[in-house]
Amino acid sequence: MQEFAVILVSSILINNYVLVQFLGLCPFMGVSKKLESAIGMSAATTFVLTLTAMVSYIVNELILMPLGLMYLRTIAFILVIAAVVQFTKMFIEKTSPLLYRVLGVFLPLITTNCAVLGVALQNANKDLNFLQSSLYGFGAGAGFSLVLIFFSAMRERLAAADIPQPFEGAAIAMITAGLMSLAFMGFSGLV
Amino acid sequence: MMSLLTDNTMLAALLALVGLGTLFGGLLGYAAEKFKVGSDPIVQQLDELLPQTQCGQCGFPGCRPYAQSIADGDAINKCPPGGQSTINAIANLLDISAPSLDEEHGEEEIRTIAYIREDECIGCTKCIQACPVDAILGAAKLMHTVIADECTGCDLCVEPCPVDCIDMLPIVEKIHQWQWSAPEHSADLIATTASGMHEDAA
Amino acid sequence: MRQIWNTPGGVHPPDNKEQSLTKNIGHLPLPKKLILPLTQHVGTAAKTCVVVGEKVLKGQKLASASTGISAAVHAPSSGWITAIEERSVAHPSGMSAVCIEITCDGEDRWIERVSYPNYQQASAMQLRDLIADAGIAGLGGAGFPSAIKLDSGTKKPIDTLIINATECEPYITADDILIRERADQIIQGIDIVSHLLGKPKTILIGIENNKPAAIAALNQHCQGTGIEVVYFPTKYPSGGEKQLIYILTGKEVPSGQLPADLGMVCLNSGTAFAIKRAVIDGEPLISRITTLAGEACGVNRNYEILIGTPVSHLLQHNNFNQALCSRLIMGGPMMGFSLASSEVPLIKTSTCILAPSHTEIPDDEPPQPCIRCGLCSEACPASLLPQQLYWYSRAKDHERLRSHNLFDCIECGACSYVCPSNIPLVQYYRSSKGDITNALAAKATAAISRERFEFRQVRLEKADIARESKREARRLNTEQAKKISPSTTQSTGSSAADIIKAAQLRGITKQASPEQQKAKLQRTLLAAQMRLEEAQQRLVQATNKGSADQQAQQLASVEAARRKVEQTTQRLTEVSH
Repeated sequence: MQEFAVILVSSILINNYVLVQFLGLCPFMGVSKKLESAIGMSAATTFVLTLTAMVSYIVNELILMPLGLMYLRTIAFILVIAAVVQFTKMFIEKTSPLLYRVLGVFLPLITTNCAVLGVALQNANKDLNFLQSSLYGFGAGAGFSLVLIFFSAMRERLAAADIPQPFEGAAIAMITAGLMSLAFMGFSGLV
Repeated sequence: MMSLLTDNTMLAALLALVGLGTLFGGLLGYAAEKFKVGSDPIVQQLDELLPQTQCGQCGFPGCRPYAQSIADGDAINKCPPGGQSTINAIANLLDISAPSLDEEHGEEEIRTIAYIREDECIGCTKCIQACPVDAILGAAKLMHTVIADECTGCDLCVEPCPVDCIDMLPIVEKIHQWQWSAPEHSADLIATTASGMHEDAA
Repeated sequence: MRQIWNTPGGVHPPDNKEQSLTKNIGHLPLPKKLILPLTQHVGTAAKTCVVVGEKVLKGQKLASASTGISAAVHAPSSGWITAIEERSVAHPSGMSAVCIEITCDGEDRWIERVSYPNYQQASAMQLRDLIADAGIAGLGGAGFPSAIKLDSGTKKPIDTLIINATECEPYITADDILIRERADQIIQGIDIVSHLLGKPKTILIGIENNKPAAIAALNQHCQGTGIEVVYFPTKYPSGGEKQLIYILTGKEVPSGQLPADLGMVCLNSGTAFAIKRAVIDGEPLISRITTLAGEACGVNRNYEILIGTPVSHLLQHNNFNQALCSRLIMGGPMMGFSLASSEVPLIKTSTCILAPSHTEIPDDEPPQPCIRCGLCSEACPASLLPQQLYWYSRAKDHERLRSHNLFDCIECGACSYVCPSNIPLVQYYRSSKGDITNALAAKATAAISRERFEFRQVRLEKADIARESKREARRLNTEQAKKISPSTTQSTGSSAADIIKAAQLRGITKQASPEQQKAKLQRTLLAAQMRLEEAQQRLVQATNKGSADQQAQQLASVEAARRKVEQTTQRLTEVSH
């Protein structure tokens, strides 16, 4: 039990995939202009991350390891991620066409989100069991969601505020992300 | 079998990847069938944002065809009666940037209502046939008059009238329709877009 | 002493009430003209029931309440109607509205007043009708028609009646002086309302502790009535309806709901007085207490003014010095608005005329950027986030404004009062409220236009289909006709000439046999003979009673009928042979 808590705290706060490990910055910057789309994106990514962690663990344990094909990890994991994202895309298109349209190109781009591949590869390297891998995947998604939602809420307020003209748009967003990252540094050494 | 695969790593690799690919392809194909999508409700949502004047200034015969076109990727700045506020609302819905109104399709003007000068009306029903919302009351050889509450100000009735007896009158604001105006922006100490100070520097 | 609660936020501007309390209620001489706007209340304008030139007596109804939320307007003095047209009214826009102008004849003669001193025997509906007839609206400044507010008691049971004697805004002392001088009449008014509402269990009078004389007067007259006088510490804006309810009962009126939903009704003390005047004295609402304050006026005093008195008349009789005056304000310094000119009339909601000097209420300083200090959020009595509302108002983000409860803002001005950057926060909120309301209205009309457009499309389609089917039927007919007599048709198309030929053919083939013709002619003859008889009868009547014209007319119709009979008989004989 305590082990699971440690895994979750570690993947959500201490080793946050976006602000500490700097993975998955593309959707972090791209889908954070509106709170509603950020919430939708974070739900999609969490779903992808958890499912990918589980399936990639299975693929690794049952196919790659027994056949000694560890060098094929990256390709195999990409295959898994692409399939999961495609499945997610179909599911969202069916259940919420508005979210589908709002996410636009960023939904298939979850495939190239380095956080997803990062989680899969890190889990394989650390030799974890199925439950631990899934928790890491879920924690990564939860951490991504947390940070994305915070960031989009801030960006919404920034959009309404008096920003000096040279800083408007991406510039102030980057500065804000940097400051958030500095803040998350404070979690190191927590566990 | 396993010994064959472990000896022949190339074969093992090929089989593994092809196997995985086939498996996932099959699963996805099945999912594609299960999650088939029907028509696009985004068109309905876009239509609800458009002002429904049915004037045709956007180049489409009505607001719904234009909504359909936007859903297919058309530019969102073609509607003069909707004005900038409608462009902003559509941009908000589709999560894209809001351009300014395309001047080619007309300028945003104050809303007007059609008025038929009854002394000159000859009862030809040409304007009645032209009105897209049936806001003109009348019949052949009988007086025609505009139902002011239903008129959208699209001015499609003005041209067909053979005696040119239709005026487009601006809506006069009454005291109970008056609303407070927004205060002027505060003094800007820094050059923001709102202050316009950077334009002087440039 | 009853338990009281403390509202969140609030500010403590200086009272400035002593200046207008040195004298008792004054009366102005009768003005030459009285101008009565048709809208002196929340809701739709009243409908005039008098015409220009008509002589009216004091208290006569000039305009009746329209359907929906509305209130009647009565003549404050006797005279005659000189105009019913657009005049400038006291409104922040400076625009005009339709007003009834009375030129006073100086006699101030009352109409026959019908009073009900035994109101205890009257039913709730009768009392409500009396109040509606008297044109009573909320005199605390909001102007909601009282009869409609008190009507809510029929739909939901009322167990608490609250009388608002708070008068939290600085400078205004109208309610204070009314209580000091006429507390007994106010208590009578409260009793009438209590009777109307079915005797609510709790009756409270809420008053701030900066009015000790008024509290004493109330306590004296409330002994033995069951009405409880509750005083509480002075804070602006305790006088707001929702704020007062919270202070006295600890209950919050939820967003979008009314006090009646909690079983409470809140009424101003001045309104209670007006209700007593209407029911017991039979006098409709034609006057109110208005405070005149400010250093630019030599005299600061409360006056019982006739509604419709021009502001200039009030100022004239109180040593008004235009040069000293920074601006003329109708209402108090927190929620009032500036008047463009003093030629506007005082109406039912005019609680105060403020004429401050330049040092008393200085000109607005230019607003500076928001420093995000948060003082506005601390001051808000409705627990809103004024700073967020300000930013979203600037960005015109309607969605976020609504989710931050913009429409729960009571526009009290506490946030603008504390803002260190002098930002006119309330004006931002007012303009955003207007924008959102207009956007919703535009959406509603657009939806109707869409329906009409779609219905028109359907109608045109149906017409097309009908036309097509008719064309098909005609084509089939012509084909059948061709089959019957192929010699008459040569070409196979359905050109215009062919259609005409086909119709003619039908006419020929359809010609009836001689027996049928004879029968038809006999029927026609019978009808013609009957008409002849009737025409002859009418001629007789016209000869006896009618004029020469009528006689000539009837003669002509008899002639026509006789001719018809002859014609038909002739044709019948032709056919028979």
